Amino acid sequence: MTLAAQYPREFLGRLYSEMRLIRRFEERAAELRNAGFIPGFLHPYIGQEAVAVGTCAALGPDDYITSTHRGHGHILARGGDPGRMYAELFARRDGYNKAKGGSLHIASIELGIVGANGIVGGGIPIAVGAGLALRQARRDGVVVTFFGDGASNQGAFHESLNLAALWRLPVLFVCENNLYGEFTPQHKHQTIRDIATRAAAYAVPGLIADGNDVLDVYRVVRQSADTARNGGGPALIECKTYRHRGHYEGDMARYRPPEEVARWLEADPLAAYRRRLVTDGLFTEAALAAVDQAVERRLDAAVEFAKASPHPAPEEAQEDVFVDSHDGRALL
Amino acid sequence: MSANRPTPSTGAATRRISYAQAIREALAEEMARDGSIVLLGEDIGESGGVFGVTEGLWQRFGEERVRDTPISEEAVVGAGLGAALLGIPAVVEIMFGDFVTLAMDQIVNQAAKFRYMTGGRTHVPLVIRMVTGTAGATAAQHSQSLEAWFTHIPGLKVVTASTPYDAKGLLKSAIRAPDPVLFFEHKLLYNSKGEVPADEYTIPLGEGRVLREGSDVTLVAYLYMAPRALNVARRLEAESISVEVWDPRSLVPFDREGLRHSLAKTGRLVILHEAPRRCGFGAEIAAIAAEEFYDLLKGRVKRIAGANTPMPYAPELENAVIPSEERIAAGVREAVKMAPAQARGS
Repeated sequence: MTLAAQYPREFLGRLYSEMRLIRRFEERAAELRNAGFIPGFLHPYIGQEAVAVGTCAALGPDDYITSTHRGHGHILARGGDPGRMYAELFARRDGYNKAKGGSLHIASIELGIVGANGIVGGGIPIAVGAGLALRQARRDGVVVTFFGDGASNQGAFHESLNLAALWRLPVLFVCENNLYGEFTPQHKHQTIRDIATRAAAYAVPGLIADGNDVLDVYRVVRQSADTARNGGGPALIECKTYRHRGHYEGDMARYRPPEEVARWLEADPLAAYRRRLVTDGLFTEAALAAVDQAVERRLDAAVEFAKASPHPAPEEAQEDVFVDSHDGRALL
Repeated sequence: MSANRPTPSTGAATRRISYAQAIREALAEEMARDGSIVLLGEDIGESGGVFGVTEGLWQRFGEERVRDTPISEEAVVGAGLGAALLGIPAVVEIMFGDFVTLAMDQIVNQAAKFRYMTGGRTHVPLVIRMVTGTAGATAAQHSQSLEAWFTHIPGLKVVTASTPYDAKGLLKSAIRAPDPVLFFEHKLLYNSKGEVPADEYTIPLGEGRVLREGSDVTLVAYLYMAPRALNVARRLEAESISVEVWDPRSLVPFDREGLRHSLAKTGRLVILHEAPRRCGFGAEIAAIAAEEFYDLLKGRVKRIAGANTPMPYAPELENAVIPSEERIAAGVREAVKMAPAQARGS
């Protein structure tokens, strides 16, 4: 079946545009860091764009996510504003977190983003709590918790999957298996190949998606989200993918065999999807080039916005510790 | 502003109830007031909790609001946090405070910092009830007093109630607070009784209380050491030593003004806690006194605290570790006898 027969053209174009936005946001972030605009860490999402975009395409405004240290893709796919994201990375006042969080901690409850996280697996229990909140408040909606293969070895993952299964909470556990937990290859950190098999331990569905195929991710997540929305409880979805770069910007990733890297670069999710859109006759090269240019213009504006944003004043360090600081006494 | 006021004796009706009952009433009243509040914890539901604190709440409010959980402290505290972030106030019980070590990421890295990391764009109405202290032969993993750990983490409030009146009023304030609160409850206080108003009331966090007035020395004590301090104060009265017992009631925020007020009267400071001496909260209080109230002091500050050992099992050993009335009395006598010049000069 052709793509056109399955999905609206506008939808397919939006997925491309979002993946392209994430790719270029990250490439430019690396350049901006080298140029001295970003004082902190970056963990580039490059190579995994299909997971964030395919997953978030299956979500609506009443849904929530928790993100990870490699979270820019999730935030953008959830509708995050690249200008405010760059401002946060630049440690400027107009950042999502007023420059108090940085790359690892971008959150926006209004956009349904219940925090990125600097702790591997740290967001998973919080996602269960978000699912509990939806249940308690009789609200529709599902929660997606993103995490990696590394986090699937944390107690937080197992405790949370058990709890979500027990209470049949609408939480989807989306594992981005990029084959490395920081510098350590999967076969050196766990004995299984398919993390989805861990679902069996908690009697929930364990599904595998091609994490480099945005439509396959969308299909699997959509299906599980529908089940969860109807009270069917959680699922564990493993998306097989690969990060093109090191664990963090600056990591040369010499621990990875060059032939492995080359093989996965061949399977680049953005390039593959682009080819497919053209081959299936949905978009011309020229039309996609126009999308690329629009993304570039959007990022130009985002960078300008961030550069123009003021630095925080030192006294702001004392603010936002508590809602009620008891006239400052709780800070002493 | 410190109140330093004793239990209000406005003539309003009071009842004599236990500390556990006071906590249960606070939970029930708040759950009735706000239909969204959820309780999470191990065995807190139908069975009413290991210490019976939540008895009857499951029957009254149902299993959706009083949720028994698996033995998964990290996921349960995280679930409370996630619910709180989406506007559902959560009260999590840690059955024995020692087990909080299993949930430290969610408390220290997540709950404490969430509001700050997000630039003040989130609220965390989360209470973690911590069953704390020794209950007699409860040994090293069921007896610890870990309150000082949490005072060291910016973003957490720490409450340490010692009477039924305080426990009820402070817990109600903690539940209404939009910030994460660690609420410590001492096992040996659960059956202690005291007067509690029949009418609804709350006690603001950050206001200490004079439990007994005195003029020679300020004895700071909280949780189970507060009633022990009162016993010692009564004993020392026979020796003509007038001890003021002052309970901070919350460690974060801490009522500096209340401490200052008492020191202005007595000029001597003894700090008492069950937790180990080294880096216990007494060290912070002593530092506050040294830095800010030095001019009020007539002698050296003295700490009387738990020994720097794990909690032993044998009652004889446990008694040797936790400050006994004899040890407290000796410490207070010593503090009072220290002449100013001698104290300053030594």
